[in-house]
Amino acid sequence: MSFVSVFDVLGPNMIGPSSSHTAGAAVIAHLAQKMITPPLVKADFTLYGSFAKTYHGHGTDRALLGGIMGFETDDIRIRDSFKIATERGLKYTFTPCDTETEVHPNTVDIRMENSGGRVMTVRGESLGGGKVRISRINGVAVDFTGEYSTVIVIQQDKPGVVAHITKVLSEANINIAFMRLFRESKGCTAYTIVESDGHFPEGIVEPLRENLNIKDVMIVEP
Amino acid sequence: MDFKNAKELLEICEREQRPISEVMRQRECDLGEIPGDMADHKMNQVLEVMRNAAHQPLKNPAKSMGGLIGGEARKLSDHAAKGKSICGEVLERAITYAVAVLEVNASMGLIVAAPTAGSAGVVPGLLLALQDTYKISDGRIVDGLYNAGAIGYLAMRNATVSGAVGGCQAEIGVASAMAASAAVELMGGTPRQCLDAASTVLMNMLGLVCDPVAGLVEYPCQNRNASGAANALIAAEMALSGITQLIPFDEMLNTMYAVGKHIPIELRETALGGCATAPSACEFRGACAGER
Repeated sequence: MSFVSVFDVLGPNMIGPSSSHTAGAAVIAHLAQKMITPPLVKADFTLYGSFAKTYHGHGTDRALLGGIMGFETDDIRIRDSFKIATERGLKYTFTPCDTETEVHPNTVDIRMENSGGRVMTVRGESLGGGKVRISRINGVAVDFTGEYSTVIVIQQDKPGVVAHITKVLSEANINIAFMRLFRESKGCTAYTIVESDGHFPEGIVEPLRENLNIKDVMIVEP
Repeated sequence: MDFKNAKELLEICEREQRPISEVMRQRECDLGEIPGDMADHKMNQVLEVMRNAAHQPLKNPAKSMGGLIGGEARKLSDHAAKGKSICGEVLERAITYAVAVLEVNASMGLIVAAPTAGSAGVVPGLLLALQDTYKISDGRIVDGLYNAGAIGYLAMRNATVSGAVGGCQAEIGVASAMAASAAVELMGGTPRQCLDAASTVLMNMLGLVCDPVAGLVEYPCQNRNASGAANALIAAEMALSGITQLIPFDEMLNTMYAVGKHIPIELRETALGGCATAPSACEFRGACAGER
């Protein structure tokens, strides 16, 4: 079992009212926006399970929108995130979905679009106490928490790509805590997710991209 | 340094002649790999957020997001200001602060989950009330928070603090056990008395269901934060007067967890039973569903 800090017991410091429906929602959206180049022009949220039923009264919508604008769980601006989004020219929609029931009770799909026209979708699950899990990127099932420094590599599913990634990380003297590979199907787009105890230096993005089968590299720091 | 249960915690405390707060602080430094002054700095921030949340609604009452609560803390403090309180100072303040924190929580203000957002009022409620009445320094209140953190950690590790898993006894019950233990240490009790007080609370709140009206963290949550503070005070008083408990805290945690798993799903945060399905609650829900 991982270490339970006294600040996991007395924490998080958060905007209420619910650690799962408010703080967790903000954490998911905050993680999602780190995976796309800013500025965002549009964010569409699809809510499932308990999120779909009680999002309004729990401020889940404000927390998601605040998170997508980069607000942390204890940022009082979450309360006014509708107004702030409008001021920033960020369009948003919230759609409760009660037809899909085979999901974790507190799940959200976030579709983000940036000013360059790039689109990305992320699914997150709020697990309670402000803890979360990212379970899909662009429709591909993945699994990471954002609690560690994370590198996400989007690649063509071809031989040698993973070897390239580990070689670059090894040369940068990075100790891998967890590494997992997820793919749509054989030969299609795949995602390598590497989590480390230490920080990834910015400088590793370029050498990672040198492999022609690597389409994109994102660093998500906690 | 680490401990897996209350028995091990007590052994460390008695062997090294240190209070629970010091042992928990040491554990945080060792396992969290942070220096003591950094941990204290973070804990002081926790205390500041708690204090603001406990005081803000007395000046500026706020209506909750769901519309079920708002203004209760002001009513309590006005009542006390008229000299009409029947509780005595510590309890009157404890319940006022406890309901205040829940009001801040339900109106999207800043709080510290302790251990959860829905039970965030109990620990600050009792500790800040003791501070007011007995003029306890902030440094000592921070000690109290480490002590409370040790109890909460044991509940997270060996049972649950989730209403969806164990009912309200796991949220308000654990928060109240945390507050009781901290109060005993602040008022000069021994580590063994702290754990006896925590055990007493779990016994007295055993079986409490989680039944939020309309599924919102407002009502009866706010009332139960007040009752959690009161239960903590009762247990602390009993422990400090030397009353011992047959059932130790570890066993009470297991008991609470086992009872929690027996609570039907309708009474574990699903809003399908208990207060949530009382006619007036259904009427409210119907009215607010119509609004949207």
